[in-house]
Amino acid sequence: MDYHSVSTFAQSYGLLYLFGLFIAVLVYALWPRNKEKFDKAAHIPLEDD
Amino acid sequence: MNLLWLAFTIMGALLGIVLSAKAVDSSMMLHGMIFSIASVLSAFALIARNYRNIRSPSHTDTNGRVSYNTDIIKAGVIASAFWGIVGFAVGLLIALQLAFPALNFDLPWTNFGRLRPLHTSAVIFAFGGNILIMTSFHVVQRTCRARLAGDIAPWFVFWGYQLFIVLAATGYVLGVTQSKEYAEPEWYVDIWLTLVWVVYLLVFLATIWKRQEKHIYVANWFYLAFIVTIAMLHIVNNLSVPVSLAGVKSYSLFAGVQSALTQWWYGHNAVGFFLTAGFLGIMYYFIPKRVNRPVYSYRLSIIHFWSLIFLYIWAGPHHLHYTALPDWAQTLGMTFSIMLWMPSWGGMINGLMTLSGAWDKLRTDPVVRFLVTSVAFYGMSTFEGPLMSIKAVNALSHYTDWTIGHVHSGALGWVAYISFGALYFLTPVVWKRKSLYSDALVNLHFWISTVGILLYITAMWVSGILQGLMWRAYDAFGFLEYSFSETVEAMHPFYVIRALGGALFLIGALIMVYNLWRTVRGDVREKEAGALVLNMEFAGAR
Repeated sequence: MDYHSVSTFAQSYGLLYLFGLFIAVLVYALWPRNKEKFDKAAHIPLEDD
Repeated sequence: MNLLWLAFTIMGALLGIVLSAKAVDSSMMLHGMIFSIASVLSAFALIARNYRNIRSPSHTDTNGRVSYNTDIIKAGVIASAFWGIVGFAVGLLIALQLAFPALNFDLPWTNFGRLRPLHTSAVIFAFGGNILIMTSFHVVQRTCRARLAGDIAPWFVFWGYQLFIVLAATGYVLGVTQSKEYAEPEWYVDIWLTLVWVVYLLVFLATIWKRQEKHIYVANWFYLAFIVTIAMLHIVNNLSVPVSLAGVKSYSLFAGVQSALTQWWYGHNAVGFFLTAGFLGIMYYFIPKRVNRPVYSYRLSIIHFWSLIFLYIWAGPHHLHYTALPDWAQTLGMTFSIMLWMPSWGGMINGLMTLSGAWDKLRTDPVVRFLVTSVAFYGMSTFEGPLMSIKAVNALSHYTDWTIGHVHSGALGWVAYISFGALYFLTPVVWKRKSLYSDALVNLHFWISTVGILLYITAMWVSGILQGLMWRAYDAFGFLEYSFSETVEAMHPFYVIRALGGALFLIGALIMVYNLWRTVRGDVREKEAGALVLNMEFAGAR
């Protein structure tokens, strides 16, 4: 694995990988069915004893 | 279980004695002794605990409530306040040394080169580290509704971490360093910290494991990212071969540009995961708690979290612009730094908007003022950071005081302010006091230290840009316009202003310690009685 192949890999698959992750996070965070779960989670610190 | 810990302390004591006796240099001799004494003291503490017949506390009290471990939080509050004062005071001293070099006292132990890592480690690792360990132990218990896992283990983390600080600090003063910025401690101290850190991770994970709350609250995600990533960075950057097992000196596994890149991968992520992710954990718990409202958008907090951790880890190369590092790697570091604007503003909006509908608290509650100002500084310094990572800007800013100013707007404005907010919040909670001793003193602390920060960062902006411009000024014949010593001379007034800012910041912190001390004693300032912001946990069911 020489310098050139490392940089090519980083510049192509690296981009796809991180962009894919970002899309996955967006979908998970904005998925309508998760809304209720997240709204409940937001109240966790306020509920304690 | 107690016996196993006792066996460890005896082994530690023996190891310390052997290292001390076989030591090939005087620093290892001293550190062996310190390690040995610490082990013996822990052995005594364990035995005393046994005789006092303290059993592992039950996980619920008589009313069926979770019985939280608050003793460890109390110890953390005291340790953070103590190390904070030490770190700020050493910072003030080295600021004065830069303005008035006679203050180096011509002694090896007190020169700037040795005291500077003492300052950075004291504020980042001793003050910041204790704040993070303490708040993470509090937040994970409360948001999981489970007692902190382990009985002795959390105390091993606490005292083991203090021992790490003492070994690192005494080493710096004696000249023991591996010369890696923010990773100065030598190999044996690194191994000790690794041990402590692994137990810390286990205590944190085990508490999450036995949680009664189904969802793991977002603050815990930030803390977990901080603990795991710091472990990874610490181990990789400190890979080295000791010259002798009884000596302090070691050689790094990396050399040349690989060494530089590993170092700044570590160094920048120490900022990203220690000073940002960890303290964002504080933000996501303490701001909602103090203003009694849920976080503005939980969805945004998820996007904030994942984008922060996936982007930050790549930003390190921006510390190596125009060096032997391949050009594309420099550009990569710069690009990822720019993209960090996204989580930066996501976090800032989320923190600030949590106050929507409760902005009046900014006027009535000085602790909220600390918390909100810290988020404003977070937004400001994480806007400035990516800007400075742009190669053209970096060409002017790098190696100048601008960097120092930038770091301090983040460290004083964001990290210290959110920590002060957490300390003011936690002290009445864990000591079960109705309120703080005085809100007026919190307010005084706020204004004194805010003026201090502003003096500090504006002085460094001016001096940094001046320095950068002087370094790159050419005359008509293409010669450098200024000699280096001329640029140093031009810095003098700004160094004096910076030291003044640091002094104000230290005075503010001393006011805080006094206020917290009176709070712990259970005092209330008479003039303010009745007007103080109440500790909601006290006013409630208890």
